[in-house]
Amino acid sequence: MIKHLLSMDQLSGDDITHILDTADSLRQVTDRPIKKLPTLRGRTVCNLFYEASTRTRISFELAAKRLSADVINFSADSKSSVSKGESFKDTAWTLEAMGVDAIVVRHGSSGAPLQLSKWVRASVLNAGDGAHEHPTQALLDLFSIREHFKDLSGLNVAIVGDVVHSRVARSNVKGLVTMGASVTLVGPPTLIPPQARAWGAEISHDLDSVVDDLDVVYLLRVQKERQNEQLFPSLREYAAIWGLDARRARRLKPDALIMHPGPMNRGVEIGADVSEYPRSIILDQVANGLAVRMSLLYLMLGGHEEAA
Amino acid sequence: MAGLRSAEPDQEFAVKARVMTADDVRRALTRISHEIVEHNKGTEDLVIVGIRTRGAPLAERIASSIAQFEGADVASGALDVTLYRDDVNLRGPRSLEATTVPADLDGRTVVLVDDVLYTGRTIRAAFDAVLDLGRPRAVRLAVLVDRGHRELPIRADHVGKNLPTSATEVVKVHVNEIDGEDAVLIGEYR
Repeated sequence: MIKHLLSMDQLSGDDITHILDTADSLRQVTDRPIKKLPTLRGRTVCNLFYEASTRTRISFELAAKRLSADVINFSADSKSSVSKGESFKDTAWTLEAMGVDAIVVRHGSSGAPLQLSKWVRASVLNAGDGAHEHPTQALLDLFSIREHFKDLSGLNVAIVGDVVHSRVARSNVKGLVTMGASVTLVGPPTLIPPQARAWGAEISHDLDSVVDDLDVVYLLRVQKERQNEQLFPSLREYAAIWGLDARRARRLKPDALIMHPGPMNRGVEIGADVSEYPRSIILDQVANGLAVRMSLLYLMLGGHEEAA
Repeated sequence: MAGLRSAEPDQEFAVKARVMTADDVRRALTRISHEIVEHNKGTEDLVIVGIRTRGAPLAERIASSIAQFEGADVASGALDVTLYRDDVNLRGPRSLEATTVPADLDGRTVVLVDDVLYTGRTIRAAFDAVLDLGRPRAVRLAVLVDRGHRELPIRADHVGKNLPTSATEVVKVHVNEIDGEDAVLIGEYR
């Protein structure tokens, strides 16, 4: 078993398939009257969040609780020891001293989870680090796509938007390429990293030229806070050129999927009502996140530590 | 990262004796099927639930055999108890299979079916798994082989064959649906 989940680089195609198959079985539990399993009784999972998060933190919390683990939530906000100047390392050692078995960490700095994994005995799960990776998001996206297309290999996937700042894009490209999909990154040249071809992805600056042939269109959130970095002229122009508006959505193949990791800017990267189209699986992505995170916690914590 | 999947024993299984043939298995399952109906005084509210992996096809066969001689449909299903086991921490995570059990177990008689009854720990896990799905009126247990060495106070209501073994021996049940033959083998890992 992997001790830590830091990057999609750690996972082979077989590993990904195994994680998703396990998630398939665990999702059944969500439909039962008693939605709890005793599997991780006595284990403790800590959510250590240095950046704001709603869906990822709640999803991890619920996943751990469904498996009967105890959950501690630590947010580095004005009410915590971090506001008193405690260092990342001291916080890590404090959690270690309390005997947690897993730390789910989100941090603004790329590589923070890797650093953390060197300080503690607990398993570390990366819930997003800087512009580096967000592996559990990529796994739940692969799971959501697989619900509609049994085989991921050969699928035509476009990831549209601010790729350069997006950990979601980076993890998804790795996961999709590992599973044999062809990935095209679409956006203005300022938002597509020049080295992206080395990840195995194609690059396009023109959504209109690729939209007709896609099996999946994956929209990234436009980070409005980056507007004053002048990476694109205006939100309105962004929406006109790279947004999936109703006109472009109509050109998609009838079975093409529309995806978004949330939170959405309606009217910018996605047309005001495009998220409610029948082939939009944006809410399925949220629901599937629970099963995928349960699967990871089970596979990583539900066992002995010899292979660590 | 090969260790993400649960390890299969890599030792070789050496067969010492074939203690039940396909005919023996068929006769035992037929007798168990009749016993279940006799004890339940009919097929009403009966649910036959096999414990994965090899209890599942055995449960299917018992249910269809009852359906044949009683002329009434009998509900059946399969239960994966992996997530309820008490040895998750010792043995590591194992692959999961689907649990398919009729929606409503409340007030019904659930007959659990497994291939081998040994320590009783699998059955203990199955109790918890069943009780999370509903509140049956009664839970009963049918096994093809009872090999002894119980670690918990559990006994089977219907037994195909009592098989005294030593703890170092391994009892393997082969079922046609998974292994391509019906047989009960006794042997050891080398």
